Amino acid sequence: MEIEDKNTTIDAAPNNHPMDYKELNEKIHETLKINSKKIILDNVCGQRFIGASLQGDIEMEINGLPGNDLGIFMDGPKIIVHGNCEDQAGNTMNDGEIIVHGDGGDVIGLSARGGKIFIKQDVGYRVGIHIKEFEHKFPVIVIGGTAKDFLGEYMAGGLIIALGLKFINGSVVESEHSICGSELGTGIHRGKIILRTNEDLEGKLGIGAKVFDLMDETMKDIEPYIKEFCEIFNIPYGIIQEKPFQVIKPISKRPFGGNYCGQII
Amino acid sequence: MHWENYTSLPEKFRNQRVFDGCGIAGFINIDGKKNNGSKITDMLTILNERENGLGAGFAAYGIYPEYRDHYALHFLFDDEPIKLDVINYLSDIGFVVQSEPIPTRTPSNVDDPPIVWRVFYDPKEKRSVSQDEQILQLVMEINENFEGAFVMSSGKNMGVFKGNGWSHEIAEYYKIKDYNAFMWLAHSRFPTNTPGWWGGAHPFNLLNTSVVHNGEITSYGTNMRYLESFGYKCTFRTDTEVIAYLFDLLCRKHKVPVEIASLALAPPLFEEIDKLKDIYQIALKNIRATYRSAMLNGPFSVVVGFSDPIPTLIGLTDRKKLRPLVVGISDDENTIYMSSEEASFKRLMLYPNNKFSFKEIWHPKSGTAVIASLESGLIRNGLERPFEKTKLTIKGV
Amino acid sequence: MTLSHSMPSYFHVRVDREYCRKCKRCTTHCSYGALSFNGERIIADNSKCVACQRCVVMCPAGAIRVVENNSLLPPHGNYTRRIRNIIWAQSGNGGVLLSATGNDRPIRSIFDDLLLDACQVTNPAIDPLRETIETKVFFGRKPSKIDFKRDSENKNDISLKTEFMPNFEIDIPIMVGHMSLGSISYNACMAIYQACKELNILAGSGEGGLHPDFYEYGNNIITEVASGRFGVDINYLHNAAGIEIKIGQGAKPGHGGHLPGEKVNSLISQTRMIPKGSDALSPYPHHDIYSIEDLAQLIAALKEATRYKVPIGVKIAAVHNSAPIAVGIVRGGADFLTLDGFRGGTGAAPRIIRDHAGIPIELAIAAVDERLRQENLRDEVTLVAGGSIRYSADLIKVIALGADVAMCSLPVLIAMGCRVCQQCFKGLCSWGIATQQEYLVKRLDIDVARNRIINLFHSWNEELKEVLGAMGIDSVESLRSNRDRLRYIGPNPRIAEILGVKHAGE
Repeated sequence: MEIEDKNTTIDAAPNNHPMDYKELNEKIHETLKINSKKIILDNVCGQRFIGASLQGDIEMEINGLPGNDLGIFMDGPKIIVHGNCEDQAGNTMNDGEIIVHGDGGDVIGLSARGGKIFIKQDVGYRVGIHIKEFEHKFPVIVIGGTAKDFLGEYMAGGLIIALGLKFINGSVVESEHSICGSELGTGIHRGKIILRTNEDLEGKLGIGAKVFDLMDETMKDIEPYIKEFCEIFNIPYGIIQEKPFQVIKPISKRPFGGNYCGQII
Repeated sequence: MHWENYTSLPEKFRNQRVFDGCGIAGFINIDGKKNNGSKITDMLTILNERENGLGAGFAAYGIYPEYRDHYALHFLFDDEPIKLDVINYLSDIGFVVQSEPIPTRTPSNVDDPPIVWRVFYDPKEKRSVSQDEQILQLVMEINENFEGAFVMSSGKNMGVFKGNGWSHEIAEYYKIKDYNAFMWLAHSRFPTNTPGWWGGAHPFNLLNTSVVHNGEITSYGTNMRYLESFGYKCTFRTDTEVIAYLFDLLCRKHKVPVEIASLALAPPLFEEIDKLKDIYQIALKNIRATYRSAMLNGPFSVVVGFSDPIPTLIGLTDRKKLRPLVVGISDDENTIYMSSEEASFKRLMLYPNNKFSFKEIWHPKSGTAVIASLESGLIRNGLERPFEKTKLTIKGV
Repeated sequence: MTLSHSMPSYFHVRVDREYCRKCKRCTTHCSYGALSFNGERIIADNSKCVACQRCVVMCPAGAIRVVENNSLLPPHGNYTRRIRNIIWAQSGNGGVLLSATGNDRPIRSIFDDLLLDACQVTNPAIDPLRETIETKVFFGRKPSKIDFKRDSENKNDISLKTEFMPNFEIDIPIMVGHMSLGSISYNACMAIYQACKELNILAGSGEGGLHPDFYEYGNNIITEVASGRFGVDINYLHNAAGIEIKIGQGAKPGHGGHLPGEKVNSLISQTRMIPKGSDALSPYPHHDIYSIEDLAQLIAALKEATRYKVPIGVKIAAVHNSAPIAVGIVRGGADFLTLDGFRGGTGAAPRIIRDHAGIPIELAIAAVDERLRQENLRDEVTLVAGGSIRYSADLIKVIALGADVAMCSLPVLIAMGCRVCQQCFKGLCSWGIATQQEYLVKRLDIDVARNRIINLFHSWNEELKEVLGAMGIDSVESLRSNRDRLRYIGPNPRIAEILGVKHAGE
């Protein structure tokens, strides 16, 4: 460990031998006891549960590939990843920020209640599944590229935005892949999914989801998040305006109310 | 490492289903260049969260060039007498070209290690039954009726090495680093309801097909009954076995092209099929109807190696994407890698001097096969729509 | 009947005088003649009451109750009331006693002794509300494998060489059993066919011919070629989605169809092409099928007659050696095979056969599925199982035991209003279902009946998805023959063995 000011760097693979996740996380907790506000992790190689249940005003920078469940149960800290991350980043997150300069995996933000997750490029399946909002708590997931099937499944509040962009050799262009897979927003009963695309989304909708036009107030609400995203990842804001936004919202609060009948037999 | 239960489960567990959570990995060098086993061992051992020390194994292709035309039968035996029984049985129905122990490194404190053996073998030339079929039958026969013997693999110029222990222990035991192969598969196991036995570890193999598998097949009962009607015996009560046999049945016996066989095993949903061109709709509906009992249901990601006709590595996930799979291609585009987690690739990238670096890493789509063959290279990248790269004609349409 | 030879009636009609408004509505609604007005009050002839509940439902004041007659015969555990009634009736008329619907003896249901598996931990359940679970099934013959040829130069050029036989895509693995126009009314048939068209499933036409009004639903109808060959002409063959040769039915193995003359009015006479008022008694065997090769011949003839455009199948009752019979039928060219268990229903059958002949469908389907599998024939043919599929639990279990499609009939009638009084053969059904009398048929509203049938099968399909989801299966094809997902909890472990199902706890 090298200590520079309030920053601490931890090598997760000393002598090219990756540390076990328990050891790595233990080192992170030890460091935090010495009051470090910023931790840098180098050579991270798939270690899981980094940032689990961390609280407070901490910043963690990760060089490498964090494993499953990055920031699980996290409540406040900011994690920046220089690379891809694996599945379930931001799992049941209460608050905080996760910023990934790369691709994200499946099931990002599972049941998250608050905080922000910004993924620069593409993500996998079931992203934003069952995120929920309550009073002032409002989770936001922004994806720079595209997503696969089941985006926003069971959504109960919050905001998911996907921009459909691609980063090649330092410049930002439109991605040639479809912005999302099938079963878009299936089971959604609160919240919004906003996709920057020309595609016809009707055929991709899941149960209880519908495509709406983008209202001006909505644009006002989402603009700050998009601007923040563009700043972090160096995206010229002009390109954002080249395609329209489509909004996916629930048809009703109780999409499955009619499925069940309670007669005495 | 567990020095017991080599060739079968303890009696009371025998009829129970076996459940696994696991880590899988594999790679193929398209030009046939060989790597020793340390690379695959590193790819696998980094996934150690996915194992619990109760099983691991490796499959290596191209390791017996001097015996390339003979079947390389790998065995686990409980004791000498059963080994002699099996060798006599083999001698009766074919020709034993060479019979020798598989080199192992057994710790000195182990009293009763298994007998790990290999036989290079030729079945008789028969007009009514092909050589492959004969080997299939004798493998089923030995596994079912020779108590204390287990066939680990039965392919040509390839072999499976597996046992009950942590992946690094198994690699150590079998001296995996001493083998040179152009295609490797590996698996580390997390069985939950049985004590684990050597034969129950993955890869599962039949002839040249080896399967490493993460997940659980809910259609096991249906698949097993289908396979048994073709003469396969599902003796191991584990779903990976049916995956290996299904590939053997569809690809080797029925000669279904592998890119179509994967469509039969993980078919697109009907609502997806309805969006395709007419000719593909007809093909897919008939494929689903004919091979409905072969369909694999439940969460799975598999890496399959086979060589009929050319050595090929396949990666496939279930159509609801309930298990992970990552694919990578090297900078020189000569090696295709597959694994449960990107961490495997990251581990290789830790090697100094950029010894292993990746041109691209991606996640294939659910239910879409990644196929890489010797010489042909990456035939399918797992992101295609059904039949996207295939020109299909149907008789009469 | 002299007084000394009259048994106490089963039911008593109780009219509450306090509420009765003497509107006499009940007397017109009762089609069995049990109620009349004697000038002062409503009186009941209890011996005629069948407890169909029509009067109870129709009384505007809710003044009627139909109760069990408590007046006791001396109790006897062996000579039950039912047995004494049977003896009494036969001594009175010297004939074969008729009955209807299915076996009502309290024989233990094997379905009720089977439990379903669900996924926990090692496997995720799938959510049917939010993720797709497929319940589509292909009905017809499939090839044993598909032949592909890959071009040796252009490896991506693949040709598919196999020729496929006709298959029908059905959206739910259910079929409505064969209930002929004659055994049930025109309105009932119309409601059934309309519902099946809407749901995209199949219905059986029974052996009553196919009325021209039903041709437009032909794409969802399997017509029946039974031993009586009633109504079997070229229209019948060409307007169907499939044709079934009826060798037997579960309610009366070894017997042919039976439509009493009371139910053969001009409509029936025309559709079946027989004289009005005559009994439509089908011969017991097909007189051109005396052995298995004859059956193969008839199958081939039908395929020729329909130009190989539709699946041709065979229905047999589940009897002791159903398994080898089934193999013979499949080798004889049948595209689908229907097995009807001993509890199967009928419009009319001799009670002795209905109650005592045949074997349960649970055992039959397991045995047939197993035997076909051993002969490597199972996957080529569609197996339909019927004989008391009462609700979705039975549907699911029979698929897990080996059926591709479940066939049900009585639930459809119950949805339309039937109270299962078992008097269908009299042709006096007060609900307008099992009758040909116009004033009764009119009572059955086709639209209402159709919607109720659609509701019923819709809810079964949802329940099927709920169970599949709980099992972690997303396509019903992966449940078929998957006996691993069932466990037996009944008293006879031998049954579990025959079914190939493990005992609960194993």
